[in-house]
Order: sequence, then structure tokens, then C-alpha cells
Amino acid sequence: MMTLRPADEAGLCALLRGRTGPLRVTGGATRALWFGGAADLLDCTALSGITLYEPGALTLVAGAGTPLSEVERVLAAEGQRLPFEVPDLRGLLGTAGVSTLGGVVAANASGPRRLQAGACRDSLIGLRFVDGTGMAVKTGGRVMKNVTGYDLVKLLAGSHGTLGVLTEVSFKLLPVPGASATLVLRGLDDGTAVQAMAAALGSPFEVTGAAHWPGEGTFLRIEGFADSVAYRSGRLARLLAPFGSAGMLDAEDTARQWQAIRDVAPFHDRPGDVWKLSVKPSDAPGLAARLGAEAVLYDWGGGLVWVRTAPGTDLRARLGPFEGHATLIRAKVPVTPVFQPQPAPLAALAAALRRKFDPRGILNPGLMG
Amino acid sequence: MDMPLPDPSILSRKARILDRLRAILPHDAVIDAPAETRAYDCDALTAYRCQPLAAVLPRTTAEVSAVLRLCHKEGVPVVPRGSGTSLAGGALPTADCVVLGVARMNGVLETDYANRFIRVQAGRTNLSVTGAVEADGFFYAPDPSSQLACAIGGNIAMNSGGAHCLKYGVTTNNLLGVTIVLMDGSVLQIGGAHLDPGGLDLLGVICGSEGQLGVVTEATLRILPKPEGARPVLIGFSSNEVAGTCVSDIIKAGVLPVAIEFMDRPCIRACEAFAKAGYPDCEALLIVEVEGSDAEIDEQLALIRAIALRHDPVEFRESRSEEESKRIWLGRKSAFGAMGQINDYICLDGTIPVSALPHVLRRIGEMSRSYGLDVANVFHAGDGNMHPLILFDANKPGDLALCEALGADILKLCVEVGGCLTGEHGVGVEKRDLMPVQFTPDDMEAQMRVKDVFDPQWLLNPAKVFPLDVTSARRGA
Repeated sequence: MMTLRPADEAGLCALLRGRTGPLRVTGGATRALWFGGAADLLDCTALSGITLYEPGALTLVAGAGTPLSEVERVLAAEGQRLPFEVPDLRGLLGTAGVSTLGGVVAANASGPRRLQAGACRDSLIGLRFVDGTGMAVKTGGRVMKNVTGYDLVKLLAGSHGTLGVLTEVSFKLLPVPGASATLVLRGLDDGTAVQAMAAALGSPFEVTGAAHWPGEGTFLRIEGFADSVAYRSGRLARLLAPFGSAGMLDAEDTARQWQAIRDVAPFHDRPGDVWKLSVKPSDAPGLAARLGAEAVLYDWGGGLVWVRTAPGTDLRARLGPFEGHATLIRAKVPVTPVFQPQPAPLAALAAALRRKFDPRGILNPGLMG
Repeated sequence: MDMPLPDPSILSRKARILDRLRAILPHDAVIDAPAETRAYDCDALTAYRCQPLAAVLPRTTAEVSAVLRLCHKEGVPVVPRGSGTSLAGGALPTADCVVLGVARMNGVLETDYANRFIRVQAGRTNLSVTGAVEADGFFYAPDPSSQLACAIGGNIAMNSGGAHCLKYGVTTNNLLGVTIVLMDGSVLQIGGAHLDPGGLDLLGVICGSEGQLGVVTEATLRILPKPEGARPVLIGFSSNEVAGTCVSDIIKAGVLPVAIEFMDRPCIRACEAFAKAGYPDCEALLIVEVEGSDAEIDEQLALIRAIALRHDPVEFRESRSEEESKRIWLGRKSAFGAMGQINDYICLDGTIPVSALPHVLRRIGEMSRSYGLDVANVFHAGDGNMHPLILFDANKPGDLALCEALGADILKLCVEVGGCLTGEHGVGVEKRDLMPVQFTPDDMEAQMRVKDVFDPQWLLNPAKVFPLDVTSARRGA
């Protein structure tokens, strides 16, 4: 197995134009999914560097290989951040290395704030990619509002490198709020916890995180200006009084707690397969009860359920038909496809799109179907 | 602006096609009398009109599917239509097409507050989506100016925005799922009440595809709890540059207003004459609106005041009552009507990086003088979405063409400074021929491949979005 590391977009185009064999496209490989085929590695980390950062326009443009940590550092210096709270999955997956922006986009990696601020794809305002034929394409741009032509930005986000290799990405940013706090309800069962989260998320108090960690508590985050955070957390605690008396985490503990939820800390150093379910929040407790799981963690008010099972469990067989999908995030030897098989007409559209963008089937073949 | 010549073989089969449409739809759902199809001969881009072969108004997804299957078999182009409020000509017919209007599909199918979504039929108007949930304290965030009339199906086709998207995003950020009918009549469900549709993001590329990939018949939309309150301030400046810097400083300071609207002097004067909102006579005016409880609003406005005062405003007017808030918004909300009273106009909607604002406004002023046409600027400053209104006289020969030429120059300028041709109206036919200014042939090729997959015969809204010479081979023209 060879590693190919193009120095720039032109080099990548040349490489892909002449390529016939399969490639495994990778940034820092920190959130790599299980990939069965033998393939040379296409390492995108040389496509690195911030090309534009305008704090006054809340805009950043950078090469796809730019380390996430570098971007976070530069943004923090201006009191800004990527809105969607990128998970760091190294602890969960046992990977090392440096997460890149391209990898974040390819996985549409989005953390707890996805509830309120949207997913990675919602903050992504433009990108460049090279398709499987070696053709370089620009879509979107560097402005927040842009409906010029089809939104291939969304199509490429979360396509896990199967439609093209990202070379540059543009993001809309948000200011880091001055204050934050977290309400904690203890001792709720899963069903009641999801109801409490729904009550909070249906309130006007702008909850930016709603997670239930069985055995630990039910967590609701508020962010903003100091007085506003104090006001809203007070009002929210009163609203949630029927669910019990809420404890309060300060800013420091809030940061620590949400990092643990974001990175699925309760599953670190624990054996077994890890799945991620995307479901209608109110369905989550009922579905989780069917799983015979070793552990679960609810995020997004119940819309995201992290599940740890015995190795080799076919979670989809246990779930039966349900509204949503299950992705196998961690497994030694998967017994099922990584992505939920789609209904035939959707699968046919997706396959036809992959054939258009990658007619020789060289980009992460088989990963998404 | 050219449209493809109608296919004579379709025109010659008109009687047969209508018979077949009537065989699959209720009688009142098929319209072909010229007096009645006139209602469908244009959208809000009224400069261009064409009578379609027929218009159909199905009531169900099954009827939409039957129409598309038939038109697919007969090789007849279909132009989907929501409420016909497109400013870009997105619903402009050709003489050989069937206009498929979803206006009769306007029901609410499901509301779910625990999971914060509403499922509606695609013909439901934007404002009536909010209307269905506001008594329970919720709203649907995207708010295009035409929200009283425009349909959710059209919003999805154009990925519509609005004044408040600085905080809440545009349609694509608030869309959870659709039922869509492809040109061959197949009905697909994509996404739903869960946050991520799964697989490739087909929902993301359908939203904003201008009715070229399929006809959306139902949509699952995210609804949000209404904020406790909102309050605007009005800030007047003696120069556009200073107003632009103030916008950028507000954003940098970490305040995230729900709206920052900008008006220049020609616009302020026209609005004031029309609406008498009491605006100061100055070079540039900002309306900044923030949300929350009274105390939270006070906190944010104190910060905005401190920033604005550093820029020596000619006026800083904070609303102290519901009445005052209404008056502050009155002029802005009547801007288009005010302009319409003075003149004919076309409204552009290019977006620019916020930092390019002063430069772009100066250049627009120069271009306006050299073309001899007045331009008034009103726009969403927080996100750089401009709305230059070019005033012209439709009765003066050559004036429309001159106006369009100036419009094209302004949009080219938007692209040149790092922006785009359209921020929220869509390309339609209006900006179709400017696409090569923003995109290379390869960029457009990649987009057209998506249409090849969804609609291989290029029958859905085929003469839009891409220049005709670029699509001719695909359209079989």
C-alpha cells in the first residue's frame, strides 16, 4: 500500500486524472470509519493553510488539509469559533494524529450545538473539490447568503470522500459568547429525560446543548452575555421544576462536561462496537430499550443516540424498521454495512451520483454503498 | 433574454396531451383556455411572459406523480410553480410546457412540538406555516419579503432567505425532509423528523435546485420557540463607509442581532416620502434588531449603542414601545412599494463580503451616474446580501435593456469582490446568462450532472439556471 500526498490542487488533479486503482482518501484519519478494501492512501494534509480570515465578516477560508487545531487557535484569538462544536473522536476510536478541516467536512462532523447552531454543513458556505476524473470544481463561495447554482456544498459535506476530494473549505463563524452555564437534572429515567429536554428546547431560552447521560444526569446548556445567561438559566430551572430541582454547572465545568459529551467520553477505553443513531427525539428512549446495549448516551435532545454494544452485534436487526438511521462508527470486524442501507430509489440516486462524479469508482469505493 | 423555441411536435399534440391530462386529473385541475392560462404566463419578473400549453393544479402527491409520469412519457417540459412570486423568473413558462402549480396543496399534515417540526403540503404559504403554530408559541424562521404569498414549495426550490437569516439561517437550514416526485413520476421520501437525512445529502442539493430536480409536494420544517421579545434601533450616519464599518464592529463585538438592515440616501428619501416613518435625512441608515427578554435586549442594545457612538452617528433612536418599533420598520418594509410608486424598477440581490461594502456602494454610485439611471440600495447588511433597486421607465424604449445592462454590471462587480450573483432570489432566467461570470465550465458541468441523474431528459424547468448554449445538447435542442 502506497501513500500519495499531492502538494496542491493541480497535483491532485493530475494524480486523479491518471488513476485507475482504488484510493482511500484521508486527512488526519482521526475519525476514519471502517474501510474494507485494499487501496493506496490519498493523504490530503499538504493542502494546508488559512487563505482568508475576516473576523468582521465572520468568514474563514482554508485548505482542506489545514489542522482543525490551527483554525481553532486562530479563531480563538479573535473571540470566534466554528459554530457546530466539532467532536474529537480520537479517544472513542483510538486514533492518533491531527484532525483536518477536510475530514470534518467529509464526515459532516457536528457536536452538541448542532441542535441550535446547525450541523457542519449549515456553517459551510463554500468549497473546492476534485472529482474522480481529476476535474477541479468550485461551489458556493465566501459569503453567507448564496443561492447561485445548485448547492453542491451540501452534497459534498458528509459524502465521506466518495464524490470528490476536498481541497478548500469556507465557513461562516460565530462569536464565542462571554458566558455559559449548564443546568443538571439528576435521576431521570431515559423517557423522562427526553421529555425534560423537549420542554427546555421548546422554551424561548435558547438552549445550545441538551444531553442525557444515563447515571450521570440530564444536561442543558445556556450561552450568551453574562446577565442573559443568569436570567435564562433561572427561568429554565423554574420551567423544569416538575422534573426536579436543577443543579448548576459554572462556565469551567460546563466546558468540561460538554467536551465529554461531544467526544463520547463515557465510551472511551470501553470495549465493544459503537453506533450512532439519528432518530426523532421522542422515539429515542423506546428504540434504545430494544437494543440490549451495554451503554447509551443521548445528545441533541434525544435526536442523536450513541450506543455501545457487544462486538459483532447487528444493531439494525434489533431495531427493526424505524424512522432514522444507524451508522456503525467503531468495530473491529463489522458484520453489517457501516451506513444504513437506504430504500432502493434513494440508493439508486446516490449510486448514480457517485458514478457521475467518480466514474472509475476509485474514491473510497464501497464506503457508502 | 431568450427562451428556447417551443417544440412544434408538442404543440401539434396539444389536444391529445390535454385529453390525457383530463383523464388522470379532476376536470377543474386542468386549465388551457387562454383567458385562464394568462394567470400563469409570468411570475413576479413581469417583464417576461409566455402562455404555457396548459396549467394543472393537482391536489395530491399521487396526482402530481400522474402528471409527471404522463409528461415524461410524452416528452413535455414541466414548469413547477408555487405562488408565482419568483423575482428571477423561476416559474416562467415556455409555450410547449405544462405549468404544474401546487397552490391547491396547502394543508398542514402534522405538528409536533415535542420534536419541534411541522409537516405541510408544498403549496402552503410561508406566513401561514407560522400562523399554524404561533398560538402555541412557535414560528417558522425563514421570512422572505413575499412571505404572505410565497409557497413553501417555492421557498425550497429557491432556498429562500429573509431579513432574519443572520441568526436563523435560510430555508436549507430549516428543512428536515421532503416528499419529492421525480420527472418519471416516482415518489421519494427524503429525511423526516430526525436531524440528518442519512446517506448523501440529497435534501441539501434539492433545496435551491430551482425546481429542476423534482417537484416537492410535502415538507417537514423545523419550527422554533418564539423569542420573548424583539426591539429595533435606528442609526443614521453621514457616510456609507462609516455605516459599513459600524456593521462590521457590531458583528466583531459578539452581538448577534437577528437583523441588520442598511438603506442608502436615495432609498431613505423615497421611503420617507412614501411611508413618513420619520427617518432622518442622512447618507446611510441602519436598522438593527435584537431579541430576548427586556433585560437581555437592554444589555445588547447598550453594547450596540456604545459601538455606534464611536462612529459619530447623526441619529441613534432606540424604540421604547411597540408603536415606535413598528415605525422604525415601516419605512424599510415599504421600501419596495415606495420605489414602485416612483418608478419601474428591477431588484438585484447579489451578495458581497461585508468588508467590500463601502467600495461596492461607491462603484454602484459611479455606474449609476454613467448609465444615467438612479439606483437605491437597501439590503441585509449583516450577511452582505445587497438589494440594489435600479429605477427605469418601462414606457421609454430601450430603458429596460439599459437597466438590465447596469444590473449585469453590478452583479459582475459583486462576483469580482468575492461575492455572488444571487443571495436569495435564485438564478431563474434573470441571471442565467451571467452564470459564467461566477462559474467555470467545469463548475457548471458538475452541477448539471446532478440534474442528469434526477431528470435525464431535462424536462423539468429546463431553460433556467444555466445558459442555454451550455445546456443545448442536454435539452436535445
